Amino acid sequence: MKKILKTEGANGLLLVSPTFIYAFLLLAVPIAAVVTFSFWTQNYLDLDTTFTLDNYRAAAQEPIYRVLLFRSLKISAIVTLATVILAFPIAYYISFFVPANRKALWIFLITVPFWTSYLLRIFLWKVILGYNGVLNSGLKGLGLIDEPLTFILYNMNAVVITLAHAWAPFAILPIYVVLEKIDRSLLEASYDLGESRLITFMRVTLPLALPGILAAAVIVFIPTIGDYVTPKLVGGPSGLMISNMIQLQFLKANNAPLGATLAILAMLAVVVTLALLWIFGKLLTWFNRNYFGILR
Amino acid sequence: MKSGRFLTLFVWVYLLFLYLPVILLPLFAFNTGKIIAFPLKGFGFQWFYELAKIEALHTAVWTSLKIAIITSVLATILGMFASRAATRFSFPGKGPIMGLIMVPLVLPEIIVAVSLIVVLIKVMGLGLSIWTIILGHVLICVPFSIAILNGAFRSLDKSLEEASVDLGETKWTTFRLITLPLVMPGIISSLLISFVISLDEFIIAFFLTGSEPTLSVYIWGMLRFPGRIPAVMALGTIMLIVSLLLLTASEYFRRRGLRRSGVQDVGGFI
Repeated sequence: MKKILKTEGANGLLLVSPTFIYAFLLLAVPIAAVVTFSFWTQNYLDLDTTFTLDNYRAAAQEPIYRVLLFRSLKISAIVTLATVILAFPIAYYISFFVPANRKALWIFLITVPFWTSYLLRIFLWKVILGYNGVLNSGLKGLGLIDEPLTFILYNMNAVVITLAHAWAPFAILPIYVVLEKIDRSLLEASYDLGESRLITFMRVTLPLALPGILAAAVIVFIPTIGDYVTPKLVGGPSGLMISNMIQLQFLKANNAPLGATLAILAMLAVVVTLALLWIFGKLLTWFNRNYFGILR
Repeated sequence: MKSGRFLTLFVWVYLLFLYLPVILLPLFAFNTGKIIAFPLKGFGFQWFYELAKIEALHTAVWTSLKIAIITSVLATILGMFASRAATRFSFPGKGPIMGLIMVPLVLPEIIVAVSLIVVLIKVMGLGLSIWTIILGHVLICVPFSIAILNGAFRSLDKSLEEASVDLGETKWTTFRLITLPLVMPGIISSLLISFVISLDEFIIAFFLTGSEPTLSVYIWGMLRFPGRIPAVMALGTIMLIVSLLLLTASEYFRRRGLRRSGVQDVGGFI
């Protein structure tokens, strides 16, 4: 017994166990409980604990749940695409154009807005995008528009703009990290061999940065699906998302089992999307390797 | 270098987009007008004075501070265990175990909130209190703490500890006299980051708050009353300044730690 306790594996396990037990009890067990709950039903004040698929049936049949779920997926996908595409040039600029001793400062600059109160940042976007908001009065003052723009608040556009702002540093940092790791002599070799800047970028920089770009996409995509505050504050009725319904079921309608079902469906939607993305990535790499020879 | 100039222009426009809300926040806080819109009326501190008069706000600040302090201490202790184990030992099931611990980093917060409500309230029948919020906050702060502490533990020279053991110190005294002082900057950095995250967190607090609202839950309530909003802007300005001071301190300690162990600094926090 004493001998086993002295091995490296046992030491490591012993050391990690407090944190592991905490995560197990407060994360793994609760999520299992949510799954269980989704198969139960609420009977006014009592829980009916007989196994049933009623909640899933309701979620599939009532159009509102389907609409909210697909809208959440759509908004998250657009936000992810916009955030990553806008973040890449910034990460590229910091990695390739900013002098080495100023890089830490630039990273700090990027993260500062992120430390403004989350609620107030979103609220301020409402102030910026509103009918008499900062943007509209600014554009009017410049004489660029006569009537205030109305397509930018209380709809999906507002949710996308606000979320793309909120998650910017989470997209910039992973891309920056992979760009920093790229061996600069590879780029020089490509130039020396007569390739143009564009081809070098497409065939050397971009493929090497791909893991960071995918990491950024995943980091932005997963949490935005479950965002509650942004759709509530700037989304209006046409911009509401699945988490607003989950909150409603838990805190207002007192129907925890249905809320649990919607939470499970939201998680499943994330997992399925990520799996499809992974398969797509694999296919793309395979196709390239066999037919185009780029991205090698 | 024409492409370089385009890129520079894009970077400055993007920075304006990033900083727009941060610039507006103090602008409206010091504006004497009652509505949040341009043109601004005048410069004054009246909304800051008004903050001092709201009793319920003071209680909310105190509740949030209690939660943030307890959370940062617990999250950092749990983070130290996991980070030390992950950087020093290889053990069976390391991937899945560390994976589970780090999962809250990418899990939508509403899922954490909902699952805690189900277990703590519906299954175990506990009442809502600041402790239910602390349990949730520790869960989401531990991954950040581990990410920071991994840097500190990894840059630790193993031979220093071995030398101490060879010279007759026990494992515990070695940890206390050698390891702890060397990773202390990382620990302080982790405490500060966890503190800031807990202070700002809304969803978990919103779902799990009892009779004592946290600061963020209180602000959420205030946002519904247009008359209250200038005061909220003043409050936001104070919170931004406090957050920035704490983060600068955290960054200072993290760098000092790396310098002390003689490692080249790479990038900022997170």
